[in-house]
Amino acid sequence: MTGSAMIITGATGDWEVVIGLEVHAQVLSAAKLFSGAATSFGAAPNQQVSLVDAAMPGMLPVINKHCVAQAVRTGLGINAKINLVSVFDRKNYFYADLPQGYQISQFTQPIVGEGEIEILLADGSSKSIGIERLHLEQDAGKLMHDQHPAKSVVDLNRSGVALMEIVSKPDLRSPEEAGAYVTKLRSIMRYLQTCDGNMEQGSLRADANVSVRRPGDPLGTRCEIKNVNSIKFLMQAIDYEARRQVELIEDGGSVDQETRLFDANSGTTRTMRSKEDAHDYRYFPDPDLLPLVITPEQVAAIKADLPELPDVKKARLVTDYGVSEIDATILTEERETARFYEIASHGRDGKLVANWLISELFGLLNKAGRSLADSPVLPENLGGLIDLISDGTISGRIAKDVFAEMFESGEEAAAIVDAKGLKQVSDSAAIEPLINAVIAANADKLAEYKAGKDKLFGFFVGQVMKQSGGKANPQMVNQLLRQKLDA
Amino acid sequence: MDKLTDLSLTAARRHLAAGDFTAVELTEAHLAAIQETAGLNAYITVTADAALAMAAAADQREAAGNAPAMNGLPIGVKDLFCTNGVATTAASHILDGFVPTYESTVSQQLWDHGAVMLGKTNLDEFAMGSSNLSSYYGAVENPWRRTDKPEEKLVPGGSSGGSAAAVAAGSAMASIGTDTGGSVRQPAALNGVVGLKPTYGRCSRWGIIAFASSLDQAGPITQTVADAALMLGCMAGHDAKDSTSAAQPVPDFSAALSGDIRGLKIGIPTEYRVAGLSAEVEKLWNTGIDWLTSAGAEVVDISLPLTSYALPTYYIIAPAEASSNLARYDGVRYGLRVDGDSLEEMYENTRAAGFGDEVQRRILVGTYVLSAGYYDAYYRKAQRVRQLIRNDFIDAFKGVDAILTPTTPSAAFGIDSPPLDPVEMYLLDIFTVTLNLAGLPGISVPAGLSQHGLPLGLQVIGRPWDEATVLRVGEVLETAAGFSHRAGQRAGGKR
Amino acid sequence: MSLDKATVSHIAKLARIKLADDRQDVLADELNSILGWVEQLSAVDTGDTPPLANVTGHDLPEREDVVNDGDIAARVLANAPDPIDAFFAVPKVIE
Ligand SMILES: [Mg+2]
Ligand SMILES: [Zn+2]
Repeated sequence: MTGSAMIITGATGDWEVVIGLEVHAQVLSAAKLFSGAATSFGAAPNQQVSLVDAAMPGMLPVINKHCVAQAVRTGLGINAKINLVSVFDRKNYFYADLPQGYQISQFTQPIVGEGEIEILLADGSSKSIGIERLHLEQDAGKLMHDQHPAKSVVDLNRSGVALMEIVSKPDLRSPEEAGAYVTKLRSIMRYLQTCDGNMEQGSLRADANVSVRRPGDPLGTRCEIKNVNSIKFLMQAIDYEARRQVELIEDGGSVDQETRLFDANSGTTRTMRSKEDAHDYRYFPDPDLLPLVITPEQVAAIKADLPELPDVKKARLVTDYGVSEIDATILTEERETARFYEIASHGRDGKLVANWLISELFGLLNKAGRSLADSPVLPENLGGLIDLISDGTISGRIAKDVFAEMFESGEEAAAIVDAKGLKQVSDSAAIEPLINAVIAANADKLAEYKAGKDKLFGFFVGQVMKQSGGKANPQMVNQLLRQKLDA
Repeated sequence: MDKLTDLSLTAARRHLAAGDFTAVELTEAHLAAIQETAGLNAYITVTADAALAMAAAADQREAAGNAPAMNGLPIGVKDLFCTNGVATTAASHILDGFVPTYESTVSQQLWDHGAVMLGKTNLDEFAMGSSNLSSYYGAVENPWRRTDKPEEKLVPGGSSGGSAAAVAAGSAMASIGTDTGGSVRQPAALNGVVGLKPTYGRCSRWGIIAFASSLDQAGPITQTVADAALMLGCMAGHDAKDSTSAAQPVPDFSAALSGDIRGLKIGIPTEYRVAGLSAEVEKLWNTGIDWLTSAGAEVVDISLPLTSYALPTYYIIAPAEASSNLARYDGVRYGLRVDGDSLEEMYENTRAAGFGDEVQRRILVGTYVLSAGYYDAYYRKAQRVRQLIRNDFIDAFKGVDAILTPTTPSAAFGIDSPPLDPVEMYLLDIFTVTLNLAGLPGISVPAGLSQHGLPLGLQVIGRPWDEATVLRVGEVLETAAGFSHRAGQRAGGKR
Repeated sequence: MSLDKATVSHIAKLARIKLADDRQDVLADELNSILGWVEQLSAVDTGDTPPLANVTGHDLPEREDVVNDGDIAARVLANAPDPIDAFFAVPKVIE
């Protein structure tokens, strides 16, 4: 057990939290799973709806080949078994957002079987999380309640959009692990371009099955928290739910198996429906569809086309560029970041580039509310700046100013340095007069220094640098100052 | 020349091509026949204006010399096929006011082949029934009457009862129906007309209101076997919009009607000689065997051991699929809505008021057999038996080219004296339902009259995709039977 | 197996069909009769015969990922018993 397991110390002793996640990931595809209507976000109500999606009488589903390939691709990305024969079932229940009265899903024979992914935790350790299955299914429409005083209204634009439901094993032991798991899954799918991972738009949602037990005991009764749409909320919901269950049990009660909703405003969960009114979904094979058969050749072709995935890329960055494990994780979470990094660090000091990218560029992007995709600083230009630092053309301190300017204007570092005359001065003939002037102007400080107040050395360095407008080569200033003061 | 309403499709095509009359005249004659036989309640909706416009267009094509295979032939459409701009009811209250904005593939193909739509024919609600008594729009009357009880109104069978009655009454030259457990063949037999169920996957199910998706198949109801061949050729073909539609070539079915069945091996399943088979039906069956033998076929006894399990298998699978297929009728997007204080109440009120007793019964049976704890005992078990039933046929067809059976165990019963027990009613489909379970093609051909003057049919069953042989054998039976009787309540009177 | 009134009520609830009390009694009898009859299947030795879901025998056909449908809101809503703007409306749902 790693140090990331959450242990709740209750009045009666320690409790362990056990979490399994069901992630619903919207498949990146142009058209829906079983109809030719579009999937893009933000269309006018019922605009992206075909007669199939609206479950008009006599309409029939025909599967989208690309969605099948995307599921296989994702399956390969999570190191899972691809089932060459899978079956679509109907999950029967009534709800206003479900026009057919059933969801076409996969029950006993999903397209993807067991797999696993590796998550990295804050303490630097990593943990393998088992995946139970991945199956394809239809999304439901959207039911809204605030458009009319007496009615709820239905928009079917999402109805029939392809989802991958990815079910983890109950291997997660803390909110942190759950967050890391979803982050990793999201990262893998974004690399694969099988899901855009956009949680605000609902492209990625998680249901959490949470239970508590005494360490080493069998699994306790679980509650399912439905449809949490941010990693932060997911972690909050699990934390709250685990503590609620412990409190409940310690107060002499017991946990009821039920479905709960997370309320982001209060940070709490509440009952949605209990086991008594649990659905009886009456799954059976959809007679409008036939078994989905994939050939080993198709799987091989998809496999051959996979991009380098985050884990492999991370290991390569550590080996090839000498960056730390933690930095490599940050650099590889998004494919775009890694791409940026590799261009910027090409033939350069990898650690230095990583530092600049992670602390400087990300800092500025964050402040500006922008993403790397629309960074005004191009990777080649960050590289150019690093070159100027490495060859001593500018100091690290000047580099920060130059970088701010680059971020502002999008210009190259060398152009800014030239235009503003920011080149580092490494000529002793130019620096010595400055040193003389500073010493002359600070006779009292010089006396104190001579009397043994060594700390004042830094003061003199600072003054000389200031006089040079920051351009003086600091090493040279140091060296020359020592000669003068200690002479 | 026969009266316009007595012509077969093939005969009418010859006359239309020869300019003996126009498609408009032919359509007008059938619209008049619909009026005259309105008491039979065979139609739910008559589309007279559209029919005349379609007929006029057909006349133009005829004049231009580009008349397709069914140009100008007026037909009835079971009101289970969605028709663009024309109310489609499935004979259910729950589809009140529903007007599709799309056309079923099969009906569209018929219009593309020049056929003219007279209207939408009556049926058992959602095609669930064998008597047409369950229609929200009222029972259909069989145009035939018993000689011994001429006052008694008879059922036309079902579920395509309106489609069969219309053809028998001369108010449609032909019609299309759907067959889930015998719903084309059984009413055809009870009305003295021809009914063909193609191989599952032969005709697209797109745009047909689903009853039981793994069993449903569209088929023609016609006056002659040659007409059935003509129509099937126009209805059949692969449809990318239906995943269960087969990419099978469509042969020239009319060309298959050679009249020559010499050397064909015809199987006679011994197990069909049981279960409420009336003596006169058995006698007719034996006569049919003689006809085929005389025509040079070799008749062999075969065994289909699971025959008696077919109906119970069907009455698990069909209701299960139906319970799910009918979940979409919820009052939200089309059809009837009966309000309620909550969403749940609205659903329950709408579906209680919208579905009739038989439909409710089947939805409940289907819901039950799929529910937690019962699925394996009922549904999976039925699917396994279904596989065995199919295996029986596959085995039988290793030794025979076609199978001959009666279509129904008895003739039509009285509208006012239906079997009281639902199970007894279900037995009407005992000879037809096996084909749906096994996915096989079959035809019912009128072959004789009962002692009380009611039509009886014989059924020919074929290998998957071998409708050609089914039609060929059917035509030989038709010729031998020389069935020229006409229903008493036929438009323009009995010939 | 005998199916009681409570079971009828439960499956009617699952199927969202409101049943009057007296209908539940009638249906319990009818459903028992039907289910008793179909239970004769238990006499069939199905051994390891796989369940047959569909007779077609072909695999699932697939379509290309092309947007060629939708943009027909008027047709989608044409039959709606209670449309509000471009939405379907239902009695207020409290989640
Ligand atoms: Mg789930
Ligand atoms: Zn799901």
